[in-house]
Amino acid sequence: MTSQLAEPPPLEAVDDRPAPAIRITAMTDREGAARASESEPVIELDGVSCWYGSFRAVRDVDISIEKQRITALIGPSGCGKSTLIRTMNRMNDLVPSYRTEGRVTFEGQDLYARGVDPVAVRRRVGMVFQKPNPFPKSVYDNVAFGPRINGYRGDMDELVERSLRRAALWDDVKDKLGQSGMALSGGQQQRLCIARTIAVNPEVILMDEPCSALDPRSTLQIEDLMAELKRDYTIVIVTHNMQQAARASDTTIFMTMGDDRAGYVVERGETTQIFTNPKHRLTEDYVSGRFG
Amino acid sequence: MAAVTPTVRPASRFEPALMRRKLSGTVFYGACLAAIGLLLLTLVALLVDVFVRAAPWLDVEFLTGVPSSRPARAGILPAMVGTFEIGLIVGALTFPIGVAAAIYLAEYASDSRLNRLLQTNISNLAGVPSIIYGILGLAVFVRLLALGPTILSAALTLSLLILPVVIIASIEALKAVPQAQREGAYALGASRWQVVRRSVLPAAAPGIMTGIILAMARAIGEAAPLILIGAFTFVTFLPNPIEGQYTVLPIQIYGWATRPQADFQGISAAAIVVVLGLMLVLNGLALVVRARLSRHIQW
Repeated sequence: MTSQLAEPPPLEAVDDRPAPAIRITAMTDREGAARASESEPVIELDGVSCWYGSFRAVRDVDISIEKQRITALIGPSGCGKSTLIRTMNRMNDLVPSYRTEGRVTFEGQDLYARGVDPVAVRRRVGMVFQKPNPFPKSVYDNVAFGPRINGYRGDMDELVERSLRRAALWDDVKDKLGQSGMALSGGQQQRLCIARTIAVNPEVILMDEPCSALDPRSTLQIEDLMAELKRDYTIVIVTHNMQQAARASDTTIFMTMGDDRAGYVVERGETTQIFTNPKHRLTEDYVSGRFG
Repeated sequence: MAAVTPTVRPASRFEPALMRRKLSGTVFYGACLAAIGLLLLTLVALLVDVFVRAAPWLDVEFLTGVPSSRPARAGILPAMVGTFEIGLIVGALTFPIGVAAAIYLAEYASDSRLNRLLQTNISNLAGVPSIIYGILGLAVFVRLLALGPTILSAALTLSLLILPVVIIASIEALKAVPQAQREGAYALGASRWQVVRRSVLPAAAPGIMTGIILAMARAIGEAAPLILIGAFTFVTFLPNPIEGQYTVLPIQIYGWATRPQADFQGISAAAIVVVLGLMLVLNGLALVVRARLSRHIQW
């Protein structure tokens, strides 16, 4: 990657398609920046460190995630982006030696307080993974899985259709709801995973490099979808792809790794500011492609 | 790409030896083919031999009759019922216990030294000779628990014999389910049990059932431990599972095959065909269970 990127680069890679594919200006509204100060935080991290056994993977993170905005976490490989995003729905609890230090609050409530059930947390803070991981079930059952385990009593057909429409997948799959979700293309699988996530109506959707296994066209579809979804959901996305962060996010958090190999947050700001006028040298080096 | 000035290359130090590499591939392919051919040939030879010998004796009378000192009138029914009863009890015991133990070890227990020690020991148990289990069955079930030399004792002994196999196979099947599947379910707010029940278990069901089928086949084919815990070779009534004498097909076959008369060799072959048939039936049952467990699974 060479120096560029004050502007999101043109996307020649997908030039054989009609207009929507090529988007020179970022899709998120820059006027939104003016509202930034009014936006209320949904998730706040206060002095958060993440430990795997005696290894500190992330140290002293203080950030907040604002409501109905897209927050991008960028930074070099191994700097703890995924670890950090997984503190926000307690997915790291599944790793035996893992522990979190500091406070993570979701709508004011300490997620790691005694008596907080991670199972309840995860329904409200959903997650989409790096590699699409649909269940080996039909498209319908994939979407209905979450509502079923959470005791949904409403009209399941309607919920499945609504979720699939919301994930911009309905037209692709409406005639094959009974077919395996595994038989879909990579991009469709990832949108199925998003549909599955929004079917349980979370408030926040965490996306851990959701496009890294997808081709550019599917990537753009997911980004379009994110811009659409942020009207109703708060989205946090980890990405390796700086163009993606520049195109798709409102707020960007740049992380890097210290000499102790622990990741930390260098800078958090409006995406435009991070990419055009970074305050830190490290950020500038990274977003201009000199490092990472 | 099309550089005008060719770069000067150093002298090649590669020796492709294509012919030799291809030849070694062909040799290996041939060895594999020979191995499978040898196996198939042995199997076909055995089956043909058994069927040819069994054919004159296999009739309704044989299937519904009881043993007799005259081969022409001897039947297999008590042994068949004995094996069937044992098969049902063994299946009913080992399926839930084995799978539950495997779920505990693979999904719940932390990856501690104790856990690994346990799994190693279970693997070792799977390799213990069956006669040892016979001694254990005799000491524990027949004598200590005073169940006597009954079908129940035999079924319990055989259950112990195959449980390690069931557990090991189930653990392998559970571990083969990608972690991403579990995470996907957890991320939707599934509890641990929901993840296991609705996501992991259905995906692992085919592997688990394959293990159970193999284990059941072993249990049904065992004779050695049952001789030790008191199966008879000459039982002329249908066995009651919890009391009285019983026999099973392998023991019946053993009893007949060791007799000098040629006709007994013949009915022995016929009984072998019956064992094969019964095994097919039990495996069919396992397939039905597998289909039910994973009916919503579509890879």
